[in-house]
Amino acid sequence: MAKIDTRGMSCPQPVLMTKKGIESNPNNIDILVDNNTAKNNVSRFLKSAGYTFEVTKLDEDYLISAKK
Amino acid sequence: MEGKKGIIFTGAIVGIIAVSLVKFGNPLNMGFCIACFIRDIAGGLGLHRAAVVQYLRPEIMGLVLGAFIMALSKKEFSSRGGSSPFIRFILGMTVMIGALMFLGCPLRMVLRLGGGDLNAIVGIAGFAVGIALGIFFLNKGFSLKRNYKLSKAEGFVFPIINILFIILLLSAPTFIFFSEKGPGSMHAPIFISLASGLIVGALAQRTRLCMVGGIRDLFLFKDTYLLSGFIAIFVFALIGNIGLGYFKIGFLGQPVAHADGIWNFLGMILCGFSSVLLGGCPMRQLILAGEGNTDSVITVIGMLVGAAFSHNFGLAASPKGPTLNGQIAVVICLIVVGFIGYFNSEILSNEHEVKGEVKVG
Repeated sequence: MAKIDTRGMSCPQPVLMTKKGIESNPNNIDILVDNNTAKNNVSRFLKSAGYTFEVTKLDEDYLISAKK
Repeated sequence: MEGKKGIIFTGAIVGIIAVSLVKFGNPLNMGFCIACFIRDIAGGLGLHRAAVVQYLRPEIMGLVLGAFIMALSKKEFSSRGGSSPFIRFILGMTVMIGALMFLGCPLRMVLRLGGGDLNAIVGIAGFAVGIALGIFFLNKGFSLKRNYKLSKAEGFVFPIINILFIILLLSAPTFIFFSEKGPGSMHAPIFISLASGLIVGALAQRTRLCMVGGIRDLFLFKDTYLLSGFIAIFVFALIGNIGLGYFKIGFLGQPVAHADGIWNFLGMILCGFSSVLLGGCPMRQLILAGEGNTDSVITVIGMLVGAAFSHNFGLAASPKGPTLNGQIAVVICLIVVGFIGYFNSEILSNEHEVKGEVKVG
C-alpha cells in the first residue's frame, strides 16, 4: 500500500503524482488531496485508469483510496 | 460524458457573453481578455502611460469577486500561499510579455479565432508548443513546491482590493486614467461588464475552466474535460460573431491584432510555457486568487507589473506589429522560463543522486 500526499501542490501535480504512484504500486494506493479541484482531477484520472475508489472527507482534506 | 455538461455550458456562456460585451462596447474580439484588461488596469492606475490602453476593466473585478463569492458559498474558500511566490511573480510577468506580443491572453486567442482572425491559429500552434515545453519539465519532476494554509485574512485582501477598484471606477477620481481614444476608451457599461465578470467568475470557479489546462491535460493524460470548455468558447463565439455580423475571416486587418506570424507564434510559446509552470492560464489565476490562493494573487500582480513594463519599455506589440524591444524581451523571457523549469525540476537532483552513488560505490 502506497500513500501519496499531494496537499498544497498546484495543478496538475496531484494527478502526475498519482500516475507515478500507480506505476510503482499498481494494486492499491491512498492519495491525500486538500482541495476539490485536485479531488475531482485525481478521481477522473483513476476512473480512466480503471480503478475503483472511495473518497473519505477528513478535517480539511480528502483521502482517496483506490484499488484495481 | 455526463461530467462535461457543466464545463461545456460554462464555455458556451463565456463565448456568448464575450460577443455580447463587444456589442455593448468592448473592442472587437475583446469581450474578455485577461491580459489586455490587466494591462488596461495598469494604465488606469498610471503604472504605464500608454494613453490608448487605460481603464479599470470591471470584468476583472467581477471574475475575482464571482469566484470569491462562489468559493465562500461552497465552502471552498481557503487562504493558501507560500509556493515559490517570487518565481510565480516572474512567471506572471513573462506570461504578460508573451501575451502582449501576441495581443491577447489564451482566452482572447480563442475569441479571436471565433471572430475569424486566422493569426489566432498561429497563436494556438505556439501555445501548444509552449505547453509541450512545460510538460517536458513537469515530466522531469518540475514543481514550485507546496503551498500552506494561511490566516483567513490573507485570502480576503485581494477580493477587498477588487471592491476598492470598483469604487475607484465608479467615483473616477482625477488620479485614475481613462483613455479617451483607442481600445481603452471602448467599453461596455460598467454594470454590464461587472455582471459579466461575476457570472463567468462564478461558473469558472465551479468548473475549473482553464485555457492552458485543456491542451495540457490532452497531451499529458488524454483527458478532454477542460478542452471541451475551450472548444465550447470557440464554437459559441463563432456563432455569436456570425450572428452579429462581426465575423471576418483572414490574417490582415483584424481588430487589435498584427499579422507577424513568427512573433505571434513565439509570444504564445512564452505564454503557454509560463502558464503550464504556473499551473493555469491567466483567467484561472484570477479565479484561484478569488478562492484565497495568494500565490495566484502574486502571479496576478506579476502580470500587472509585466504589463506596466511592457508599455513603459515599448515591449508590447501593436496592430502595426511587434517592436524590436518586444522581440528581445520575448527571447530573454523564454530563456528565463527555461531556467525556471530547469532549476525547479529533478533534472539536477537526479545528477546529484548519480554522483552520490558513484561516491558510495
